[in-house]
Amino acid sequence: MEKIGVFVCHCGLNIAGTVDVKKVAEAISGYRDVAHAEEYKYMCSDPGQNLVIKAIKEKGLTGLVVAACSPTLHETTFRKAAQRAGLNPYKVEIANIREQCSWVHDDKALATSKAIKIVRTMVEKVRGDSPLETIKVDVTKKALVIGGGISGIQAALDIANSGYPVILVERQPSIGGHMAQLSETFPTLDCSQCILTPKMVDVSKHPNITLHTYSEVEDVSGYVGNFKVRIKKKAAYVDRDKCTGCGLCSEKCPSKNNSSEFERGMAFRKAIYTPFPQAVPNKPVIDRENCTYFQTGKCGVCAKVCTVGAINYEQQDEMIEEQVGSIVIATGYEVHPVSKFAEYGYGTIPDVIDGLQFERMLSASGPTEGEVKRPSDGKTPKEVVFIQCAGSRDPEKYFPYCSKICCMYTAKHAKLYKHKVHDGQPYVFYIDIRAGGKKYEEFVQQAIEEEKVVYLRGKVSRIYRDGDKVMVCGEDTLLGKKVEIAADLVVLASAITAQTDSRELAQKLKAAVDEFGFFSEAHPKLRPVESNTGGFFLAGAAQAPKDIPEAVAQASATAAKVTALFSGKYLEHEPIVATVVEDLCSGCRICVPACPYGAREYDKEKKVARVNEVLCEGCGACVSACASGATQQNNFSDQQFYEMISTALEESNV
Amino acid sequence: MNKISYYPGCTLSNTAKNFDLSARESMKALGWELDELPRWNCCGTVYSLASDNLINHVAPIRLLVHTQELGRDKLTTLCSMCYHTLKMSNLMVQKDRDKLEKINFFTKDKDAEYKGRVEVLHLLEILKNDIGFANIKEKISRPLKGLKLASYYGCLLTRPKAAAIDDVEMPTIMGDLINSLGAQAVYDPCLTECCGSYHTVMDQEVVADKAERIISSAIKNGAEAIVTSCPLCFFNLDERQKNILEKTGKAYDLPILYFTQLLALGLGLGPEVCKFDLHHIDPRPLLKAKSII
Repeated sequence: MEKIGVFVCHCGLNIAGTVDVKKVAEAISGYRDVAHAEEYKYMCSDPGQNLVIKAIKEKGLTGLVVAACSPTLHETTFRKAAQRAGLNPYKVEIANIREQCSWVHDDKALATSKAIKIVRTMVEKVRGDSPLETIKVDVTKKALVIGGGISGIQAALDIANSGYPVILVERQPSIGGHMAQLSETFPTLDCSQCILTPKMVDVSKHPNITLHTYSEVEDVSGYVGNFKVRIKKKAAYVDRDKCTGCGLCSEKCPSKNNSSEFERGMAFRKAIYTPFPQAVPNKPVIDRENCTYFQTGKCGVCAKVCTVGAINYEQQDEMIEEQVGSIVIATGYEVHPVSKFAEYGYGTIPDVIDGLQFERMLSASGPTEGEVKRPSDGKTPKEVVFIQCAGSRDPEKYFPYCSKICCMYTAKHAKLYKHKVHDGQPYVFYIDIRAGGKKYEEFVQQAIEEEKVVYLRGKVSRIYRDGDKVMVCGEDTLLGKKVEIAADLVVLASAITAQTDSRELAQKLKAAVDEFGFFSEAHPKLRPVESNTGGFFLAGAAQAPKDIPEAVAQASATAAKVTALFSGKYLEHEPIVATVVEDLCSGCRICVPACPYGAREYDKEKKVARVNEVLCEGCGACVSACASGATQQNNFSDQQFYEMISTALEESNV
Repeated sequence: MNKISYYPGCTLSNTAKNFDLSARESMKALGWELDELPRWNCCGTVYSLASDNLINHVAPIRLLVHTQELGRDKLTTLCSMCYHTLKMSNLMVQKDRDKLEKINFFTKDKDAEYKGRVEVLHLLEILKNDIGFANIKEKISRPLKGLKLASYYGCLLTRPKAAAIDDVEMPTIMGDLINSLGAQAVYDPCLTECCGSYHTVMDQEVVADKAERIISSAIKNGAEAIVTSCPLCFFNLDERQKNILEKTGKAYDLPILYFTQLLALGLGLGPEVCKFDLHHIDPRPLLKAKSII
């Protein structure tokens, strides 16, 4: 027979103000299997917990009901206390008589009677609870970081510096991400390359980091602590071990009119190329589509000039298999292209560019070597219009969210433009200025007051070409007037979007994304760097638009989470998981798609469903889906619930 | 012969007979009959944005009831304002069943309860989706060669997005039709500018300013005439050239045409269905110069 102890908490007056706690304890003390009942002012406090421990030891209790606040607050507290007293922690249940009773009622008599019922149902639950052991899993103490932008770089370095091996996968030929494209960074205006490239070198030299550039994650199987990852190393047609990075091949390559991705189409690159001079690794790849040799079978200049014989036209994509314990998603963002904006000419006006293109223009290593020259005729623009919220905060046509970084980088653009073109006039169209951050507001104010950037509050309705001018029609909502500016150059602060293929990656990883393709965090406030799926962590703009300081902070937080995961001998997993009674299972497989965590599988040999206990989060979706009742969840069995329901429905005699 | 219920509205029965007749005759030539509703009333003119005053929607909903009574599920119209009011009121009651119930309750006629199943279409949508511009192109007997035309959409055909017959910011439906008639559509950035609308009654100067902007922009971009689908836009662009002349001394003399008139000419119908005598700026000299009439 069970010996159940019931402990009723006053929670100060939170519960005792509305519920007669003494009466609850009295009423329950005669209930079936209840061997002990008492109340106390603050059960969660040290003396309160000691009452619990003492009763367990003295009366030899086999189960515990704590009638108190929500289990999200103190379930763990009392389970640990029970464990200290030698009771299995899964024989402890919380009866929530605060959020679900005292807080929502006024009538003391009725609330007390309801509290008694709640406690009784939980006594029934405890009677049916089995003692459970936590599930222990081995951990492969190696991390995979997907994405080699600043977030991925920071996460990889932090994990590697803690002594764990890291595999960093980047799909471009070089790591560096968007940060490598930036000129100077707000609010301090330090040069992006100067602060980033040393970190890129650190990555390549770190003994704990294996770098796979020009590679993509093909698929991921397994579960937290034990992932199996396949990585496709794309054929670069260059033997990266032999190549010395001398650059002669790129210099001599005759195919030179290929639009440079790194320069965002504002410069050309060769068919064999490194994206930028400071690339890491500084070794070229061949763009097969534009290579004369691959297209016509003739040429082969690069192979001829290479002094170390590194060119290998026969190279094939290579598959690498790795075992890792944890995966960091740091895949970054994209910029909504100018060609998607109807009102701004669908990208047909050459002097309408996006913010990243302007960054390249401002960059000393960019296509204009840092001089502001407009794309159409190379003239120095004297009037430049910057448009904020191009696509952001526009639920009707584009994206409802704020892209967060544009207010700051637009202020920076306007400033840098003034630094380079002293007699030029920058205008900024804005909805409102969001400059929350250390020294951010001051930075914007300086642009307005000292650099004389004209800020116009309003949106731009149309842009069109008139001769060699770009006409910008908008509204100044502070003056209540329409504005028309004959500009020389227009820079759009285009919306920051998720990577266009983030949904595909999410599917491969079985990690969740939101409606816009950004990876979802487990909790927006309290678990901001963890994905809902165990073992996956998020860093940087893959989760939401972020600036560099935020991305770096999140990457370091992620690294802390990963190293914490690696720090123990085993991973521990809650034993509240689904189970399958194989005799009852018909093998219908309805549970497999019902599981949001990919924890259900079909055993082809036994012809029954199976649960991967490590992946199971105990949500119960499969239990509800199972038609035959073969799937039951530990300590949440149908039998327990029937008992609880009939107890709740019993005529009350209190 | 395909039949579709047609709501002309007040203007097309009076000052815009050139729009109405050219549409009916062109559609006939394309094998479609615009079947005028046997009973009709004012469309309500302006879609009411007041959320708690449903009386303004009774008029447009009644027109949909008349369509429903005929056993039809589509209603077409030509005037941008009629289209907009009908379309928006229809969308509103389709989305909000409570409002539909209230309107039905108000009419107190069991047989005249609107079920919410009629679709409101602009004639341009039928030309594009049901007939197809490619098919129209095949039926053109007198291509409008050498004619450069700016499409002017104004506000109500593409706004808000829920009622838009085409891309909100960069509509091309009229331009595509123009091209299929053998004429040349030119891009005019003022294509969705405001024509001044009802200010034409109170403040003609405002409208003259707006019209001048639109007209001069079209000319600058090489247009020889402006094509529209809205009688009010038509009036403001055509008639107000008089005010522009008075105010600025500039005689733009730019003809304004309905898309249906061009369609009629392209299909080989005579200029009599176009009623050019209703125009302030006579388009006939231009059309003659291009040997179209």
